[in-house]
Amino acid sequence: MDGLPFWPRDASVTARTVDTIAIGELVVVALILLLVFGMMFSFVIRYRRGSKADRSHRATKTWRFEIAWTSATLVAFLVLFAFGAKAYLYLYQPPKADLELYVVAKQWMWKIQYPGGQREIDSLHVPIGKVVRVVLGSEDVIHGFYIPAFRVKRDVVPGTYEVLWFEATAIGDFRLECSQFCGTDHAKMTGAVHVLSPADYASWLASQNAGQTLAQQGEALFRQYGCSGCHSPRSTIHAPLLDGIYGNYVHLADGRTLLADERYIRDCILLPASQRVAGYPPVMPSFDGQIPEDDLMKLIAYIQSLGTAKEAP
Amino acid sequence: MTAIAEPVDSYLTAESTIASWLLTKDHKRIALLFFASVTAFFFVGGFAATLIRLNLINPSGTLLGPDLYNRMFTMHGIVMVWFFLIPSIPATLGNFLVPLMIGARDLAFPRLNLASWYVFNISGAMAIYFIVAGGVDTGWTFYTPYSTLFSNSHVMAAALAVFVNGFSTIMTALNFVVTIHRLRAPGMTWFRLPLFIWSIYATSIVMLLATPVLAMTVLLIALEHGLGIGIFDPALGGDPLLFQHMFWFYSHPAVYIMILPAMGVASELISCFARRPVFGYKGMAYAVMAIAIIGFFVWGHHMFVAGISTFAGVMFSFMSFIVAVPSAIKVFNWTATLHRGSISFDAPMLYALSFIGLFTIGGLTGLNLATLPIDVHVTGTYFVIAHFHYIMVGGTVSAFFGGLHYWWPKITGRLYPEMWARAAAILTFLGFNVTFFPQFILGYLGMPRRYYAYPPEFQVWNVLSSAGASILAIAYVMPLVYLGWSLLWGKQAGANPWGATGLEWRTTSPPPEHNFDRTPVVTEAPYRYNPEDGSYVTQDGVANG
Amino acid sequence: MVELRPEPQYATLARQTETAQLGMWVFLATEVLFFGALIFGYYIYRISYPDQFLLAGQDTKLLLGSINTALLLTSSVTMVASIEYVKRDDIARAAAALFITALLGFAFLGVKGYEYVEDYRDHTVPLLNFLLKPSQHPPAELFWLFYFIATGIHAVHLSIGIVAVLVMAFHTRHRRYSAAYYSPLEVLGLYWSFVDAVWLFLFAAIYPLGRAG
Repeated sequence: MDGLPFWPRDASVTARTVDTIAIGELVVVALILLLVFGMMFSFVIRYRRGSKADRSHRATKTWRFEIAWTSATLVAFLVLFAFGAKAYLYLYQPPKADLELYVVAKQWMWKIQYPGGQREIDSLHVPIGKVVRVVLGSEDVIHGFYIPAFRVKRDVVPGTYEVLWFEATAIGDFRLECSQFCGTDHAKMTGAVHVLSPADYASWLASQNAGQTLAQQGEALFRQYGCSGCHSPRSTIHAPLLDGIYGNYVHLADGRTLLADERYIRDCILLPASQRVAGYPPVMPSFDGQIPEDDLMKLIAYIQSLGTAKEAP
Repeated sequence: MTAIAEPVDSYLTAESTIASWLLTKDHKRIALLFFASVTAFFFVGGFAATLIRLNLINPSGTLLGPDLYNRMFTMHGIVMVWFFLIPSIPATLGNFLVPLMIGARDLAFPRLNLASWYVFNISGAMAIYFIVAGGVDTGWTFYTPYSTLFSNSHVMAAALAVFVNGFSTIMTALNFVVTIHRLRAPGMTWFRLPLFIWSIYATSIVMLLATPVLAMTVLLIALEHGLGIGIFDPALGGDPLLFQHMFWFYSHPAVYIMILPAMGVASELISCFARRPVFGYKGMAYAVMAIAIIGFFVWGHHMFVAGISTFAGVMFSFMSFIVAVPSAIKVFNWTATLHRGSISFDAPMLYALSFIGLFTIGGLTGLNLATLPIDVHVTGTYFVIAHFHYIMVGGTVSAFFGGLHYWWPKITGRLYPEMWARAAAILTFLGFNVTFFPQFILGYLGMPRRYYAYPPEFQVWNVLSSAGASILAIAYVMPLVYLGWSLLWGKQAGANPWGATGLEWRTTSPPPEHNFDRTPVVTEAPYRYNPEDGSYVTQDGVANG
Repeated sequence: MVELRPEPQYATLARQTETAQLGMWVFLATEVLFFGALIFGYYIYRISYPDQFLLAGQDTKLLLGSINTALLLTSSVTMVASIEYVKRDDIARAAAALFITALLGFAFLGVKGYEYVEDYRDHTVPLLNFLLKPSQHPPAELFWLFYFIATGIHAVHLSIGIVAVLVMAFHTRHRRYSAAYYSPLEVLGLYWSFVDAVWLFLFAAIYPLGRAG
């Protein structure tokens, strides 16, 4: 659908789902409104003071009506809830990603890193028809990553990662906005999402001066921060090897089992004591406050690449 | 009805020194003191709103610029929520009417009541201080870590103003709960209480259980901002989401603090001007209590995109739909009250009818917001702004004005000019819709809130909204003028100008300092109106007409 | 002797008394939520960072905390005793019991102050001189923030209580209260017991950490 003065463009798979539910619900809401306003107007006119309408035989057993409309609204509301919840569960169980972007928000800009090592500020290039997974981190305050045409939004909370995904369905330029108040230039923390055809996307990637891929940069950092001193087969210190850890379940010393996703790896680097893997001594130092957000994301991209390397035959 | 002349010893005229007002323990005088305070803050908050709407006429937002704009919407939010909406109906109409409606001489703790007003004004002075000193730019929600570790504005003063304000809220609520439990007149059983009392009771319970959590939360914010270190600091492993949970644990029930008294007012008005008992009285009372209780379990719907778990999201969505059911019951019952009534269109009734209409729109759009995927899209946009203004302004402020007109003769002993009042009521309704309906569209189009500048394609709707706001501003100033006029030149009201059944109409207008010459004995259910001949039976059993 | 007459809004003095008590109960309900919010936050973090909270908790002063618990529990006994004495019109003893209650409250504050000094020596005071011990990470500081905020707010409540107890003690000595009218004492007793109970919760939440087994 093209943008109307009163309805925004939809440009993602999510947007279609959301719009379908929104329009359906709009109809339900309009019907209820019509019912209430219709009754109000007809009563107000028919029973205005001085009119000759019959006012005897007023309902005495009001509870019959009340039970009727209580159950009716309850059922109607629960149906709406069910539709919404079903779509939400679908939207938050992303399909396998074709492309993963790392976004760092800071006052007042968006820094985007591509797996190939390309970087952009306040601008995203994505191919049409591909599932794009966005890992969101913040350097300072809470921001909100919001693309209205895709109907996706996620708060970007400092101290953790949030993840969001979309699949664009229309070529064009769309607004990226910050949806969580973040200070003076909150209103200027906007950008553009450029949806390209696969061919255009490939040539755009090639035109960027990428240098090393994100994982390669991460590998360099892995040595630079001294991670490789312990997390290596040659190390004398008993630390877990990180090959294949990403995307798998880990058993923690306190008995929990967690999925080793971006958020987990991030916590392990910054606050290693809180989620220690079973069978290893608590010797890892905290890197809290020592690694900038974009370096962290490179490290994670590297650890992630170790995982995929192991899966290959 | 024979007109009773204004008594010489009414609460207004009993003593006239300034000290007799500032040291009064009379709930009626304290109600008027509160009325003066909240009216002043209504116009302070309204001033900020005016600047906001002026700024947004132009997409570049250069009128105020970012820093001033951010301070204006923060000031608008803080002042309107804590210094107008929350005390508006309870501290003024509630204070005046609770003892009168239940046939008591005063509230249980008159000194506490006066203290509440002073504490309110201390917190108000603190609010004025932070405004004059340079303002706060965090938004009324004080989200950390922005508010605590990044903002260079007067967060501490603002947070402490809100903290102190909470004491006033708690004092007033405590007084109401205890009074309603212990000081009802003989025969005034729970199910003979007017619905206004039920709604004040439910509101007070919410105030008592939610406000302390806010107090602790803003205290922690003030400390963290002042000291530069605190329990929400992500660098220490602190969780900004914990703040949001604590804040919304208060601030969602706060929505019910603001709307429940309005529902009570609407019930009184609709029944009286439709000359018909409220349809399903018990259901209405239960619904108010249900809203108050379930309202404590829905706060997470403010956080669907904030990073709560999918499961939590689904649960909070479910509870949000459930809490809408008792609200729907109330709307249906009000509508059914009109059926076979004998409806007149005095100004209070016009306000009450627009209350139902606007509250219904606000409530139904709440369903959209409770629906998870839609909320993901529109949360943090103007859709939310429109939604809660329909409830808070369309709902609460309409009911407040309706109640003010309805009880004005009782409070002052004078009648207000009816035609002017009707014009203001209609103008409010029109101006309100022109202001806020475009904001639903802006929200779905994806205009985020708290933007001082915006893409040019949104300008049409913003200009429309600002135009509506100017109508609304006129409609809100009008009552100030003609109600003030009526104080001097209004006609004598008589004890019961509307022919209403409540005990408050069984004493003179304005009432004497001791409220009732003899303690009334209640023998009747409330709202015993008969639409066929307009007759009615008051709660102490006097048949009229 | 003050003339015994209810305030005008009450039918009887008994009505006024029970209303005052209800008022205090309602107030205490709000206080439960006030402290509850803080303790809730504390447990959220304790669950998130169990190791760090255990490590940090070992530096609390268990002995001083226990002495303070004993002092407050005793003060509740003397508070109740004063009411019992007033009921029997034994005004002198009632006033004495109130003075002892206030004294125990002061003693609590003194011990607490000494404990803060000890905490300072151990470098556990955030903002002033906090140092991470070996194998401690930043969340350990969260523990100490909670410790000072919670005990600080409790101390404020206790101080308010002490002032009120002293005022009542003087009133009692001047025979404002008697077996016929002692409602303010009962109301204050409720508040005092509540402040005592809050301490028990704080003590249980803070001191035994890292000391099991």
